[in-house]
Amino acid sequence: MDKQHQLLLWLSIALFSLGLLGVVIRRNALVMLMCMELMLNGVNLSLVTFMNQNGQAAGGVLVFLVFVVATAEIAIAIPIVLLLVKQKRSLDVDAYSDLKG
Amino acid sequence: MGFLGQHGLLMIALLPLIGFLINGTLSTAFGGNRSSKSMVTAVACAFPLLAFLLTVRIFFSLQAQNYDAIVEHAYQWAQIDTSSFNIDFYFDRLTAIMTLIVTGVGSAIHIYSTGYMKDDKSYGRFMAYLNLFLFFMLLLVLGRSMLVLFVGWEGVGLASYLLIGFWFEDRANAAAGKKAFVTNRIGDAGFLLGMFLLHKTLGTLDMDVINAAFNSATLPAVSASLVGILLFIGATGKSAQIPLYVWLPDAMAGPTPVSALIHAATMVTAGVYLTARLSGIYMHAPEASHVIAVIGVATAFFAATIALVQTDIKKVLAYSTVSQLGFMFLALGVGAYGVAIFHVVTHAFFKACLFLGAGSVIHSLSGEQDIRKMGALRKKIPITFFTFAVATIAIAGIPPLAGFWSKDEILWYAYASPNGGSPILWGVAALTALMTAFYMFRLLWLVFFGKSRVDHEVEHHIHESPASMTGVLIVLAVLSAVGGALQLGHYLEPQLPLPLVPESLEHLELTLKIVSIVLAVGGTLLAIFVFGGPPSRAESLAKTFAAPRRLLSGKYFVDELYNNLLAKPLAWISEHIFLGLGDRRLIDGTLNGIGSFGQFASGVLGKIQNGSLHFYALFVMVGVVSALLWSWSRA
Repeated sequence: MDKQHQLLLWLSIALFSLGLLGVVIRRNALVMLMCMELMLNGVNLSLVTFMNQNGQAAGGVLVFLVFVVATAEIAIAIPIVLLLVKQKRSLDVDAYSDLKG
Repeated sequence: MGFLGQHGLLMIALLPLIGFLINGTLSTAFGGNRSSKSMVTAVACAFPLLAFLLTVRIFFSLQAQNYDAIVEHAYQWAQIDTSSFNIDFYFDRLTAIMTLIVTGVGSAIHIYSTGYMKDDKSYGRFMAYLNLFLFFMLLLVLGRSMLVLFVGWEGVGLASYLLIGFWFEDRANAAAGKKAFVTNRIGDAGFLLGMFLLHKTLGTLDMDVINAAFNSATLPAVSASLVGILLFIGATGKSAQIPLYVWLPDAMAGPTPVSALIHAATMVTAGVYLTARLSGIYMHAPEASHVIAVIGVATAFFAATIALVQTDIKKVLAYSTVSQLGFMFLALGVGAYGVAIFHVVTHAFFKACLFLGAGSVIHSLSGEQDIRKMGALRKKIPITFFTFAVATIAIAGIPPLAGFWSKDEILWYAYASPNGGSPILWGVAALTALMTAFYMFRLLWLVFFGKSRVDHEVEHHIHESPASMTGVLIVLAVLSAVGGALQLGHYLEPQLPLPLVPESLEHLELTLKIVSIVLAVGGTLLAIFVFGGPPSRAESLAKTFAAPRRLLSGKYFVDELYNNLLAKPLAWISEHIFLGLGDRRLIDGTLNGIGSFGQFASGVLGKIQNGSLHFYALFVMVGVVSALLWSWSRA
């Protein structure tokens, strides 16, 4: 594996880990959503890297699928957050822990 | 050979069943009485009478073919490997006698019941049960295979249970029925084991084949004594012998015709019939026969002593029945099978007559059963008195009435039979015969002679019973008087040979006969002397023997003994071991344990789900990381 691809993979790991860390540590719902996008993009980057390395189109297809899913997810998640904020005037997810099953 | 020729025996058994089905459905199912009393009466009496007539017809055809047994195949019940279980019927001299008694005396008692029970609100149900009993009893005596016999055996137990507890609104009656059923079940266990053993060794349950197998040159590879004892255990249950006799006195809770039909004339003699039917086994089982003789004579003796002091008219007769059954088993034990059957027949006549007479007395006294509240009834209910007296003389063994002939033969073989006869057996039996005469004449005197001790209120209503009852009493009294002429012991000899008495003893026969007459008359005179005189005479006698009298009134406290020795420990085991340890601890405990473990685990796991998204995300992270680490470490 050449150096370029290796660097790109390390970058994708870094993106994913940062995103995961953000989801675990930050309390702001919007930031958590953004961190999730970061994780998705980290994965996307690794997919693209492998596609480039192996010359196969399947990885690219999967990337587009992830884009679509991420878009749909945001389209639903943002209104949910909006409705939650309307309820309690807070973006802190811990404020909503009484929603547990 | 029409249908009756081919299936005559089947029809004998089925006729009462048809009666049962008609009466049973019309008067109990579909919401109560759907048929009039006269209709019930006609159905209930017609079918047993038809069965009796058919039996007579088949008896004559048996006679016409020189007593070659009639075998009739009805139905193949099951075929397992090579052994087939058939419902076959078998008709020979022994069956003929039993069937004639069952249908004959049975029909008579049905007719009597139409008078005795006519005011009962469950008249139809009563007659239906009686018919059902008759069906099972006929199955019992007609069956060729022990399996068919066993179905009848259990069926009569069922009918007996239903009829003892006929007035089940009273808890005591229901309890008496249950006692009879449970006690019989103990005996049945022995019966079943014996049956299994026979089937395992011989591969068949047909009783004529079993007898032939034991009489052949090569004996079957099974201990005849073991089988004999096991089957005898069954017989002690059904025929009320020591140690399982306790249910019969309690069975008097049923209506009196039931006591007469089931608990005196027919069902309780099933054990005697079984032993006589399988005489082939017992002839080769001297040990088992000794046991039977000793138990028989002991039962006869102890039951007779209890009967001496009973004050309930039916209880006296009940213990007398137990005692007479003991005589029959004594005869079986010394190898005089035919004589035992002879006594079954004469006993059926006079004891049915006595019970029905007692029923007539109870009927006329509006339900009074205590002989201390009777007396001087002979003028008021003369027909009942006369028939009762004839039957009493018969059972006491005073010649020339029926009881003398059969009992005298039993005593003779108890003394002289080469198969276990001994002077001791004879001595105890003779003493019992003396007591029999004593307690029966005590009963006769207390009920019909002396001063009236009847309550004033009851006294106005005393009336002779209707013709349906007295007619039957007269017929049975005549049979009790002349039944001795049947000499069934000799009639059965070609099938059930009598023991050969050694010549050295033959000269004693007349002496013993005279002794037994003297004993019977002596017992009679003693009873008349004690109870015919002023009441103070009997009272002073009771005072002199206060202690033994208490023992006898308490029936030797056998019920209490069984209760303390068996019932209570069993109840304790069920309560503490099976219920407390097994049911509550083991079964309930296991299930409750699983349940509370689930609750505990859910309490712990529930704490993890605290609603914090970060916490959940952390868990996902930890999970992903550990999965990765794990897969790396294995790569």
